[in-house]
Amino acid sequence: MGEFKVHRVRFFDYMPSAISAMAFNVHTERLAVARADGTVEIYNFADNCFQEKVIPGKDGRTVEALCWAGQRLFSTGLNGEIVEYDLENLRSKYTVEAYGGPVWTISSNSQGTQLAVGCEDGTVKIFELVEDSIQFQSNFDRLKSRVLSLSWHPSGTQIAAGTMDMIRVFNVTTGETCTALLQMMVDRAAGANKKKEVAVWSVVFLSDNTVISGDSAGKVQVWDSQMGTLIRTHLVTKWDVMALAVSRDESSLLAGTSEGSVVQFQFISARLDQPDKEWQRTRTLRSHSHDVRALVHTDTAAVSGGNDAHLVVRPFMEKVVKGSKESAPCKITFPHRSLVSCGKKAGILLFQFPERLEVWRLGESNENGIPGEELSVTKKPEALIHLKRKGDDHICCSTLSPCGGWLAYASASSVRLFQLQYDNDSIALTKVKLPKVLRWANQLCFSADSSRLFASFSQSSVLVFALSKSEAKYVHTLKPKSVSKQAVHLMSTSDDGQWLATANSDCEVHVYNLKKLKYHCTVPVYGSCPSAMAIHPTGSNVVMVHADQKIFEYSLEQKEYTEWSRSLAKKGLHGSWLNRVAPVTHVSFSASNPDYIILHDMNMFCIIDKSLPLPEKDSDLCNQNQLRSMNEAARVKDSHAFKICEMFKNLLCVGLMEDHSLVVVERPLLDIATRLPAPVRQKKFAT
Amino acid sequence: MAALYEGYTLCALLKTPNSLVSGINGIEVDSDIDHVVVTDSTRSVTLYKVSDQKPLGSWTLKQGQSLSCPAVYNAGTKEYVSVSDGKVIRVWKAEDLLLDKAFKATLSANVWRVHAVPGGGLFVLFVRGAVRLLDDVLAAPQQPIEEVLGQEENIRSVATVTAETQHFVIFTTEQNSCHFLYVQRLKPNSLQKFSLEPQGPAPQEAQAPLSFSACYQEGHIRLLCLYPDGHVYQSLVSMRGPPALPPGGAAPLPRTQLLGLHVGGALLEAASAIYLDDCHVAVVGAPHPAAGPDFLCIWNTNFQTLQAGKEIPGKVYGQLWSYAGKLFIPHGRSLTVIPYECPTSSLATALGKLKRAGSRVPACVPSWSSLLDGRTPSDLIESSQNIGRAGPHGVFVQTATVEAVQREVEALLSRADPQDLNPWLGQLACSLVSRSSTDPPFYPASGLAALVRTGSLCHSVCPELLLLALEKRDYLLAQLCLQAFPDVPENITCCCLKTFLSAPEAEVQTACLEPSSLSFMETHSAPQRGIELNGFTSTGGGPDPEKPSSPPIHTCPLGVHKAVLLNEVIQTPYSDAFLLPHLKDLSPQQLMLFLQYLHFLYLQYSQDSFKQEDKSIAPTLTQIMDWVCLLLDAHFTVLVMTPEARGLLVNLHIFVRSQVRFCSELGKLEGSLQEIQTLRRQKEMGQYCIQVIKIF
Repeated sequence: MGEFKVHRVRFFDYMPSAISAMAFNVHTERLAVARADGTVEIYNFADNCFQEKVIPGKDGRTVEALCWAGQRLFSTGLNGEIVEYDLENLRSKYTVEAYGGPVWTISSNSQGTQLAVGCEDGTVKIFELVEDSIQFQSNFDRLKSRVLSLSWHPSGTQIAAGTMDMIRVFNVTTGETCTALLQMMVDRAAGANKKKEVAVWSVVFLSDNTVISGDSAGKVQVWDSQMGTLIRTHLVTKWDVMALAVSRDESSLLAGTSEGSVVQFQFISARLDQPDKEWQRTRTLRSHSHDVRALVHTDTAAVSGGNDAHLVVRPFMEKVVKGSKESAPCKITFPHRSLVSCGKKAGILLFQFPERLEVWRLGESNENGIPGEELSVTKKPEALIHLKRKGDDHICCSTLSPCGGWLAYASASSVRLFQLQYDNDSIALTKVKLPKVLRWANQLCFSADSSRLFASFSQSSVLVFALSKSEAKYVHTLKPKSVSKQAVHLMSTSDDGQWLATANSDCEVHVYNLKKLKYHCTVPVYGSCPSAMAIHPTGSNVVMVHADQKIFEYSLEQKEYTEWSRSLAKKGLHGSWLNRVAPVTHVSFSASNPDYIILHDMNMFCIIDKSLPLPEKDSDLCNQNQLRSMNEAARVKDSHAFKICEMFKNLLCVGLMEDHSLVVVERPLLDIATRLPAPVRQKKFAT
Repeated sequence: MAALYEGYTLCALLKTPNSLVSGINGIEVDSDIDHVVVTDSTRSVTLYKVSDQKPLGSWTLKQGQSLSCPAVYNAGTKEYVSVSDGKVIRVWKAEDLLLDKAFKATLSANVWRVHAVPGGGLFVLFVRGAVRLLDDVLAAPQQPIEEVLGQEENIRSVATVTAETQHFVIFTTEQNSCHFLYVQRLKPNSLQKFSLEPQGPAPQEAQAPLSFSACYQEGHIRLLCLYPDGHVYQSLVSMRGPPALPPGGAAPLPRTQLLGLHVGGALLEAASAIYLDDCHVAVVGAPHPAAGPDFLCIWNTNFQTLQAGKEIPGKVYGQLWSYAGKLFIPHGRSLTVIPYECPTSSLATALGKLKRAGSRVPACVPSWSSLLDGRTPSDLIESSQNIGRAGPHGVFVQTATVEAVQREVEALLSRADPQDLNPWLGQLACSLVSRSSTDPPFYPASGLAALVRTGSLCHSVCPELLLLALEKRDYLLAQLCLQAFPDVPENITCCCLKTFLSAPEAEVQTACLEPSSLSFMETHSAPQRGIELNGFTSTGGGPDPEKPSSPPIHTCPLGVHKAVLLNEVIQTPYSDAFLLPHLKDLSPQQLMLFLQYLHFLYLQYSQDSFKQEDKSIAPTLTQIMDWVCLLLDAHFTVLVMTPEARGLLVNLHIFVRSQVRFCSELGKLEGSLQEIQTLRRQKEMGQYCIQVIKIF
């Protein structure tokens, strides 16, 4: 296939934010994950854990707890507000002040009609869900200290609340402590920590009136809520038990500790012949280096997240078919969308952080080398611009024009456009005013000739702006012929300036004709969400890669799948390709060879050569190493369309520049780990 | 290093009228390697099982008849063959009881020897030099036999060699004091004749070779000749040599000197030298350079070193056979079997284990060939007068006073480079030593010390020197010898050890030893307060019920001078297999003292008090540990039975245990560090680089 000069970039110091809360919606199989910077991400567990939505955070908003109430998602934080999210436009819908100081926890009843929040002042407040809002309903008896955790009884009549040193069970209708119940006093830790209060970080109320608590003394305790008696104590760790999660059938319980381990308990009989079941500690999963702050127990897997920012899905082997895709453990660190834009004509990279943008110019080398060699860098890479965002809202998307002359970013409250002028060493950044019609955007995109800016707006519509010297003029609004209200998460234009394609989380791909400024067609909807998409520069074909790793090529002129796509579908993709866990996040093409499709995920990049035969089922998909050792004739015989290069790891971006060199942006996990605070349990030598 | 083991008697020798003859005609092997067929000089043949030292069978001729040739075993027909009365061939089997009833055939000519060649049947060598196959001879016993040898030419000795598929019968003859060698090749038959160079001061008094041995090696037949003046020559005869010369002509046989044995003036009378393997030669009947006249010695011809020696009491008849790792020597009134071992030798094993490599200037070992092949440096000619006097037979050494000798030695050493004097220094030392031992008041201490300090001597050159030093209680000389000699045998090392350990402290204190080693020991044997040892105290390791009440040793159990001498012993190269038996001779008191000292050294090491610069003087930790192990091996039972050893052993055990734990911790650390090393290697990329990759 050929030699490539690779710019191996590691100076994008992207830091994922710690995971602070998670909530799983069993009915829609959506997992909501909140991070320490206030970002909320929605993962679709029915679609290979694809991150289909990201709601950007906001300064001053932390999320302590998340909960689903039906299809609605609520969060609370230490700013004392309850937030409901607009999942279609990916922003907060409204906020309600709880008037109880910082809010530590939120929980909805199983019917999805009431919300309970636990406040710093010791109150538990009940809110009623009404259409498009929530309404305060009642206050429970005030407790002596902050309410850290809440759990509804499945019947919805009682709530268990964990506070400092104790657990209370309230009657929801009266709001009083159940008269028959004593309060359950949690033992403090032994020894020096005796004087320290014990925080009950998490409680779980089971339908058989058992309450299980996890506390800061490292205990998981099982209580009888009717008698108020302690049934069993499991000392799990020397540190805190931060999170608990119970399975839907209440037979298995997970406890996450500050050591980074997740301990599973199962409700089983201690001996085979005994009918009495009790909670037994069964297994320990070690997936994290830092505190596990949030846990979800799905039917088949343990999902955990914490301060090390990894979202880890560990399937239970007894619940999944061995060797199937669900049985693969999955660790998600990077977002499933691109944070890097390449100005491929100018050799410029744009890095997106929540609070700033960075523009870098790539280095240069005069040499030519043989494969495997590292060239001496004659010109070092250079940071051109650090652009701080305005306002409290985090940057949700950004883009750089291919010529490198325009830059745009958007947050939940504003869209900004800048013109960049390079003058040898100096660089001038001029802000260009955008018409007021554009208040926010989900995706931004420049046309290939940098004459137009496209911004996706509510209900999958796209606003078109014409760019001229220091001016942006509104031209048109493109609207799809569908009823979907979902936000656009992918947008792509063709190099010839004729086509624009958008994809939304309802898996729809709409194509517009830019010459005529009108809707052209919709690609047949496939069941999995597109994770990357691009339009071929000359062939008028759109190539889509979906979250389930399927690849389609659709001819826009014929409005049908291309011959190659059909043959691929007929033959089926190679098993190793389909079993990959990380979704493809970027598709691009080669200007020199129209048959090349370049795609990458977190662990590899792949160049598909459409002119070559597809890989056979029993052949090796990643055969670069074998091909390297073969002679020319054997190489021709054995090579297939999928050229997979696994030389680079933890990829954030792979782009092909106009001078035929590749840009590989890596973010080694070790670099992220070294910037995390020290974990509570320091690893020692040989232990 | 080659070794001779304890011998045992196989049988008694017959009384013979001539006391110079042993009464054994020959020894041959049977099909079993443990069997030998011994033919005595009269009329009986006996089959012995060697390991059991008992006869398995015996055959005797009638009175009046006599066996003229040793019986040989024909492996092909499983028969024994001998010759009686010169020309009667006798063939019998093991189950035959009486020889008279066995097969016999009378030949037309006298037979010298019958020889068995492995896989090649039997050959008959007639007295007049003809060689025939036995089967051919028996087919027609009365066939005429040609005469190969000339008038008054008589066979002296004979040997056979098998090289690959070719068999050779080699015999020497004498004719008018001239000696010839015939190499008879069999199948196809061809004969080569060589003349042996006359040996001796004058052609008229040419010496006859005393013994003659042959072996095959890498396309050549190697011949070994021992002459009465102690010279051992080797000649190589190519297997594919030129065809036989015309009758009467004899090519001179080129020869190289292999060894020059020290014969002490007199000529050898009965001696024999045979090949043991490529580089080892066994010599019997020649005097041991240090000990006495009648010795069995194994010499390494590559390194010219004496590897082993054993005194052979009684009359030695100059007969020697070697079969299956055993030497058969008739001497006095018995036939003795001495097992030997010649391991493949390297320079290190030939010179003893060179454990302190590089720490000292290696002693230069004089080469016998340079000594005798006349590579005499020209600048020495001027001092030839002196050397003549200093030579082994020099009158000067025999008569001069101690002072005069010492003056002369110093003058000699100052005049020439000791490297050039190498051969003569050895002779000089030997003669000084032999005079000192015969003439007790004569002891040129400083002269000997000066000779040793040249570094030109080694133990095999002058084996009596170290023993003399011990006998005279000359500790400085002993120290110098131990430092300078690379080849001190283990038994001598052990002698030194015993002498040093049992020497009265007061006597050793007065000795004047090497100052550097003394000052080193003085700084380190000063009493020290208990210091933590590598982070472990010797009593560490938890409560121990066996913990002795006495505090751990931190003071040297010996005087400084004694310690210095022991250090030299510890640093002497040795081979543990040979040292171990001698170590067992240590008395329990000596053992305890030595063990205490080694323990002290060990503790010193653990405290890191032996610094880097002491390396050449201080014994290394490995040497100390090896000696401790050797002592414990040699005296385990003694130590268990000795009550006073208990405390020491417990202390040693506790300390060793703590060290073992420490080492295992180090092992863990090493693993971790190695892991880091491998990790580092992978990751060297910075923030940015430009690489070239190729996608196929």
